[in-house]
Amino acid sequence: MSRLSLLFASLAFSPNTYSDEQNIWKQIREGISGYSAVNSQESEILIQASGTQWLTIRNELIAGTGAWLLALTVLALAVFYLIRGRVKLTEPPSGEMIERWSKSERWLHFYTASLFILLAITGLSLLYGRSFLISWLGHDSFSQYADIAKIVHNYAGPLFSVGLVMMGMIWFQDNLFDKTDITWFKQYGGMIGNQHPSAGRMNAGEKVWFWLLMTAGVLVSITGMNLDFPNLGQYRLIMQISHIIHSVSAFLLIIGALGHIYIGTIGTEGALRGMITGKVDKSWAKQHHDLWYQQINKEKQNFLKPSGNSAKYGSKIQ
Amino acid sequence: MARMKFLCDDDRCIECNACITACKNEHEVPWGVNRRRVVTINDGQSGETSISVACMHCSDAPCAQVCPVDCFYFTDDGVVLHDKDLCIGCGYCFYACPFGAPQFPQDGAFGNRGKMDKCTFCAGGPEEDHSEAEFEKYGRNRLAEGKLPLCAEMCSTKALLAGDGDVISNLFSQRVTQRQLSQEEPDSGTAQVKLWGWKTAYKD
Repeated sequence: MSRLSLLFASLAFSPNTYSDEQNIWKQIREGISGYSAVNSQESEILIQASGTQWLTIRNELIAGTGAWLLALTVLALAVFYLIRGRVKLTEPPSGEMIERWSKSERWLHFYTASLFILLAITGLSLLYGRSFLISWLGHDSFSQYADIAKIVHNYAGPLFSVGLVMMGMIWFQDNLFDKTDITWFKQYGGMIGNQHPSAGRMNAGEKVWFWLLMTAGVLVSITGMNLDFPNLGQYRLIMQISHIIHSVSAFLLIIGALGHIYIGTIGTEGALRGMITGKVDKSWAKQHHDLWYQQINKEKQNFLKPSGNSAKYGSKIQ
Repeated sequence: MARMKFLCDDDRCIECNACITACKNEHEVPWGVNRRRVVTINDGQSGETSISVACMHCSDAPCAQVCPVDCFYFTDDGVVLHDKDLCIGCGYCFYACPFGAPQFPQDGAFGNRGKMDKCTFCAGGPEEDHSEAEFEKYGRNRLAEGKLPLCAEMCSTKALLAGDGDVISNLFSQRVTQRQLSQEEPDSGTAQVKLWGWKTAYKD
């Protein structure tokens, strides 16, 4: 008791006795760095305060919100399919085919798309595997799978970024927004109701997807490259921020991709065949991309005229 | 059951780094991996404070919460251990740990991390006690030999304490209260002086 009262007395009468010590622990808690004879990454920092914050953001905010968003997206697409069904051709197929995607465009599309799916599956496995796969596979098998998933994710990432940059270059011109896109949005792209809003080679929905890829995709690539090279000695804070940006952007892309895959496969008649064979029916072109159809028709007529300046568009006419 | 804890008395630590040397030697820790380190705050200035830090064997261990393959486990003594056969070297435990305890040897191209290594409180790992595999992966299992962590056992100033949390915190609070005892009259209103420590030695 006398010891305790002495302790309180010293605190009460002479705050200076303790202030240095209290200050030091406050500074340590805030992540002050000192000197350490051990020469390893950030060894001179006793406590990094951001670690547990990052843990909460990853485990609760990102994993929790992400799971709900993915589930809601799949549910929304399923409900939409049940109500709206497949967007069919309004005119019967003419049998006359127009080239919509060149061979290199199709290769680039499926190159980037397959890497994207691989990255999404491996990435989601690292985030959710512990909650969903361990109980099913067991610790040992899941660990073996996760080891491979990590390596695949690390190597596929930069390859995906190459595809992304090339997509940005070849489709930039087609994806600039113009006035027709306003009407397209007002009519929900013809997805709701029976209208057929006008669209050029890319409709406004495709443009949104393109610009999502060019923003979130670029963020995913930059932060991913950073996370790929931990040997460069980046501060943990940089890695934590990179991880957060990486996962948030990745979720936006996965949600976008689910919508994109839905519209491109079961959602729209003739769309998937267009990307696989490169050719679409004339009726399809008229219905979905009327302005583009008119444009290539005009070019075709110019091409037929001897003086036409259309050699550079020639490849689009079959 | 004892709840194992480390405690570093910052008034006693003299930054001799012997705890690090002892740890490296006892466990034959791989090159580039540091299970323990001493950090000096205000180095060379008034109020210089040195603290030896390693894995603190948290009861709410962030490493165990973030690990994608769930490779961490807690012993009955509250020691946080991990299974290197499950670890995939993702580095998330290093990002989450407040103390910078998890360490990674570089393994493979592009800075790929190897299996995580950290302080085991000299309690080995999931392999059989005293087996060769256990020593190779996790170092010596002193707890199974009835001994406490070597870093604390050989600390020359007894700054670093390791053992049952109740015992070492009692020891520490005893020290703290005794240190504050003034040789002057307690009611005189003069500043209380520590019997020893920086202020007593240098009177800044």
